[in-house]
Amino acid sequence: MSVDISQFHAVFFEESFEGLDEMESNLMTLSDEGEIDDEAINAIFRAAHSIKGASGTFGFQVITDFTHHLETLLDEVRAHKRGLPPEDIDLYLQSVDYLRSMLEAYQSGSEPDAEQGKPLVERFLQLLDQPSEGSPVTDCTDQSQLEISGYEITLSGAEGIMCTGNDPYRLFAELNSLGTLEITADVSDVPTLHDIDPTQVYTSWQLKIDTNEPEERIREVFEWVIDDVELSIKPLSVSASTSSQTQDKKGVQPKSETSKSPAEKSTATTSKAEPVKRKATDTSIRVSTEKIDALINMVGELVITQSMLGELGESFEMSSLNRLQEGLVQLEQNTRELQESVMKIRMLPISFIFSRFPRMVRDLAKQLDKEISLNLIGESTELDKTVMEKLSDPMVHLVRNAVDHGVESTADRIAAGKPASATITLNAYHQGGNVVVEISDDGKGLDTEAISKKAIEKGLIENASGLSKEQIYDLLFMPGFSTAEQVSELSGRGVGMDVVKRNIQELNGSVEVKSEVGKGSTFSISLPLTLAILDGQLIRVGHNIYVIPLVNIIESIEIDPAMVNQVAGGRELYRLRDDYLPIIPLCDVFGIDSQPVGERRGLMVVVEAANNKVGLVIDDLQAQQQVVIKSLENNYKQVIGLSGATILGDGTVALIVDIPGIVKLSSEFEIHSYKAALQSAEQNISMTH
Amino acid sequence: MAKILAVDDSVSIRQMVTFTLQGAGHEVVEAGDGVEALAFAQGNSVDLVVSDVNMPNMDGIQLITELRKLEAYKFIPILMLTTESAGDMKQRGKEAGATGWIVKPFNPDQLLATIAKVLG
Repeated sequence: MSVDISQFHAVFFEESFEGLDEMESNLMTLSDEGEIDDEAINAIFRAAHSIKGASGTFGFQVITDFTHHLETLLDEVRAHKRGLPPEDIDLYLQSVDYLRSMLEAYQSGSEPDAEQGKPLVERFLQLLDQPSEGSPVTDCTDQSQLEISGYEITLSGAEGIMCTGNDPYRLFAELNSLGTLEITADVSDVPTLHDIDPTQVYTSWQLKIDTNEPEERIREVFEWVIDDVELSIKPLSVSASTSSQTQDKKGVQPKSETSKSPAEKSTATTSKAEPVKRKATDTSIRVSTEKIDALINMVGELVITQSMLGELGESFEMSSLNRLQEGLVQLEQNTRELQESVMKIRMLPISFIFSRFPRMVRDLAKQLDKEISLNLIGESTELDKTVMEKLSDPMVHLVRNAVDHGVESTADRIAAGKPASATITLNAYHQGGNVVVEISDDGKGLDTEAISKKAIEKGLIENASGLSKEQIYDLLFMPGFSTAEQVSELSGRGVGMDVVKRNIQELNGSVEVKSEVGKGSTFSISLPLTLAILDGQLIRVGHNIYVIPLVNIIESIEIDPAMVNQVAGGRELYRLRDDYLPIIPLCDVFGIDSQPVGERRGLMVVVEAANNKVGLVIDDLQAQQQVVIKSLENNYKQVIGLSGATILGDGTVALIVDIPGIVKLSSEFEIHSYKAALQSAEQNISMTH
Repeated sequence: MAKILAVDDSVSIRQMVTFTLQGAGHEVVEAGDGVEALAFAQGNSVDLVVSDVNMPNMDGIQLITELRKLEAYKFIPILMLTTESAGDMKQRGKEAGATGWIVKPFNPDQLLATIAKVLG
């Protein structure tokens, strides 16, 4: 029977990555505590052991070979034969990294670089005090294999073998498959019926087998019982000539080798066939059975409601109107609950991101010679998987910044009368429909003067007078603020805070900074729970309904013509209190004839994105409601100024206005050039529907 | 065909074992560790147990010890999945009452061959 084991690879990768994460976090615990915690070391060992076992089975030989050494070391630690000094922990952490990279290589269908692991393996071997790998095992118990014609076997003392689930009959059956078997049973030791213990075996046997199989093969039959019985195996040969040492050694490799080689052969072939197959990594999500059960339960209720409504509809009378309404209420409730549970499936605890930071902070702190402890709060806070994935990079950046720039050097801390060890806290919690993630440090805080000075240097602002603290912090997020000067090995990587902010805004989220000189800084990221649904304000422009994300709206006002100022380039500014806002008539952007159902230029929605406010002129404000976002890119193509579409209650399609996109348009004075493009896009969309 | 209890904390290995055995027509019950397996065994009988050794909560050795105390599990074959390096593990398994072992890594054919051996 041939089984295609590549179908289990995805699960293998997933659980192996999880295993590595577990190893890593346990290693971190061990390094913090400085003593060997049995529970942690057992978990580490188990993870390594599982990876080794499974990788071998699935043909990822390089991983198996590497993990083998690691496992041997860990086993010694587990047995308290070996300590766990910090440098060993480092070695194990590096091994985790290497294993992860190998898994990634296999996952993407390529062969990992075994060379890269050599230095690690050498360290392992040093620790294990083994001279080198592959010192030839010389086993000189060579006997002549060629002339074997059979064996004489005596088996006795097998009293207890039934109690381990073994059965002499099975042994004989297997022997019989190797050649012709003659069995003589000696029942002289069988006691009288009165004394007999039915669980014991009292018989002994004389066996004679005619076969050309090597003795090893015969011994293998008895492998499982060899310690429990008295066994003698005598080879019978046709001619008693023993061979010289030049004998072909293949037949008499040590036992461990023979039992291993078939596996190696088969794994080698599978690993060759494998890379062709999987290129794109499937993303999968692990869902607790509890959530699925809740879902099934709810679908069950939905089916009941449906059948009830169906029955009502078959013979409907006005008298059952009440029941119909009840049924519809029930249906609404079922649907809402179902929606909520389905959304929950995509929710993962934020510990998925948090878990990588202890290691990162530890490594960075070490590199910078700082003492930092990381405090994680609210790790079980749940967040949509996609949001989570996109949140990861900005968080890494902010945490790096906190370690690198936020926290002072140990000497400075002591001089400032602070504890030598700094604390960085990651805190996640729900607030309304949002998730807030805070990254705070107890470092030196943001220096507003230094920031404004630098912003002036970079030509981002002309002078800092009159800027509030918050406005100065916002300078950090401006493109071009973080530049080469600041790019150290840690914080650098070519991304600045502007990218952080943009990434977060792409998730419909926002970043806020709080800081106090000498006390520390807090960056709070606020994100919607999910990307699939947004709270929207429905607006009308001409005959079309659009959706503006509520999160972008600051206020909606009635336009006072006296406040409209014409400026050069045919643009208009609106004076709102102390502020001047560019006015963007949406009808112009979308190329719609805005017919006065009410009065043209009646209402303006003030929206904000990327710290810029603009006023969108609309015809009418309608309801606020949650809308389910349908991707335009998947169904049509990306359109500037639109972030997606949704289907309203009456079945019509409403386009969702991309506020950051519109704001960008306005700031670039490019509305007119985009207008034509948008016009044709709009036509295309209305044609497709 | 036989009813087999497969115990392993590694989902991928467990899935492979299950898939292979089911493909050969066996009925398979899965358990993720010794505690789960024992809980099942206390109310159900099987023809064969295949168990990993290193598992959280209750390891394979302890599981075998506990299983052998159950009337219905006294004589049935119990195979452990073990690795080559775990030399004394085999011994400890035997002492606990394991019938034999399947050495990891193994492929589906090896698994079936070994199982055919004990199922007679």
